[in-house]
Amino acid sequence: MTWRVATVVAVRPENARAVTIVLDVPGWPGHLAGQHVDVRLTAEDGYQAQRSYSIASAPDGGRVELTVVEVEDGEVSEYLTTVVAAGDQLEVRGPVGGWFVWRPDAPGPFRPVMLVAGGSGLVPLMAMIRTRAESAAKVPFRLVYSVRDPGSLLYREELDRLSRKDGGLHVTFAFTRTAPPGSAWRTGRITARLLAEAGWPSVDEPDVFVCGPTGFVESAANLLVDLGHDPQRIRTERFGSPGGRP
Amino acid sequence: MAIVSRGFKGRGRSSDPELPPGQYLVTDFPVLSAGPTPRVDLRRWQLRLTTETGDTQSWDWPALLALPREDITVDLHCVTKWSKLGTRWTGISLDTLLDGVTTTAGFALVGSYGGYTTNLPLADLRDGQAWIAFSYDGEELDPEHGGPARLLVPHLYLWKSAKWVNEIRLQEHDTPGFWESVGYHNYGDPWQEQRYWGD
Amino acid sequence: MTQSRLDGNALAGNLSEIFRVDITAAFGQCTHCKNGGPVAETWVFASEAGMVARCPVCAEVVLRLVRDTGRAWLDLSGLDCLQIAIPDDPQPA
Repeated sequence: MTWRVATVVAVRPENARAVTIVLDVPGWPGHLAGQHVDVRLTAEDGYQAQRSYSIASAPDGGRVELTVVEVEDGEVSEYLTTVVAAGDQLEVRGPVGGWFVWRPDAPGPFRPVMLVAGGSGLVPLMAMIRTRAESAAKVPFRLVYSVRDPGSLLYREELDRLSRKDGGLHVTFAFTRTAPPGSAWRTGRITARLLAEAGWPSVDEPDVFVCGPTGFVESAANLLVDLGHDPQRIRTERFGSPGGRP
Repeated sequence: MAIVSRGFKGRGRSSDPELPPGQYLVTDFPVLSAGPTPRVDLRRWQLRLTTETGDTQSWDWPALLALPREDITVDLHCVTKWSKLGTRWTGISLDTLLDGVTTTAGFALVGSYGGYTTNLPLADLRDGQAWIAFSYDGEELDPEHGGPARLLVPHLYLWKSAKWVNEIRLQEHDTPGFWESVGYHNYGDPWQEQRYWGD
Repeated sequence: MTQSRLDGNALAGNLSEIFRVDITAAFGQCTHCKNGGPVAETWVFASEAGMVARCPVCAEVVLRLVRDTGRAWLDLSGLDCLQIAIPDDPQPA
């Protein structure tokens, strides 16, 4: 698979530390929800840096959206969240990743879907949510989204809107540090009880997707197995450091 | 031909004619690893030196620290192109460890806790070119950087400076180590830019 | 600055330069402990130096990938074999 030139169409802020970059990629072959791309940047002196970013958008012709969260001391994320603008070009390779994907038309028995996101781990799961919103078959989704504080939320309005739309998407926010004042939102790390209440019971045999920092993913996956979910129906994707892949 | 992304510069780099070819200076100290960071109990730490005849010498942690130590300042050159100049270490010279060792071996295979290995000519461990380093920048060597002790062979690319060193095996035949067996240059001289096979 | 541990999903981009089908969804058996699972679930230590995938059960090395300009080295000797799903090509009209 070779590198393609992508042109930035727009840059949208998602929160104080994150943006969504809308790319136009001529020849884009389409993608599945959950896949990612490698992004390559080349400086004028020839220096190159490469990072992986999950595709945030549902398939849409040659349009690909990436959501990038600024990582401390991250030379690539700093560029992508503060410098890049419409008209700029970068190189992408992909889509890649055949394991951590959700297909709306997958054959087989009906299975509800449970999504567990830690921080920027929501991005590939949002591609799944958006793909579901556009698909005919409305598989019921339950999302548990763990973030540090309300300022770290991604896609808040869209999640609210989609969950009101057809009743088939249920979203639970879990704040590990600061919940919105006066709210009933839960505070604290993901627990088995939260996953049991906000997710599908294991007897429903959901397909489960967990994404976020490595420590979060392994903790959540262990809790899910303890709750009786079949490990073979839990798919995971680990982002090394908070905010994205290194 | 890769396209240039407007305004992308990368950070913390500068070129310097004093650096080996293809290198750039960094101000931080990047950590690159092939596996989880070993956590070694100092009460059980051991460095073994084995010759081609099977003769073995070993040092536990107190024995290592009792040996005459040196404070050195050296430049580091990583195969991934970063260089860090003037780094300060304290360690035991390999000349001290090899003193009195009878061997006709020409090569060494160095091993680490966690299974990492690297190979080099025995001559490159001698004559003030190599140390078992246990202190960096005046502090205990952090596990992320190879603590409790690592090999330090600054005249070669940094992958030869095996972190978490626990064994030096003197051999008559050269055996490629972890990276050398999957593309890295067998010797690794930064001034000849010997990064990969055939360079 | 500690390098983070990833999983086999991180191999997908570099392996896509070598294999025509996605290998991260393939099932492999660890040569050392004989446990098996998807390549996507291996422990991956990745940097500019190279990518090392380890068995999530026994932590031994199952795959290594090094990339230089114009060439790559791939060592799969830590895997007994891979079971790879290959999509059937649509029949020509």
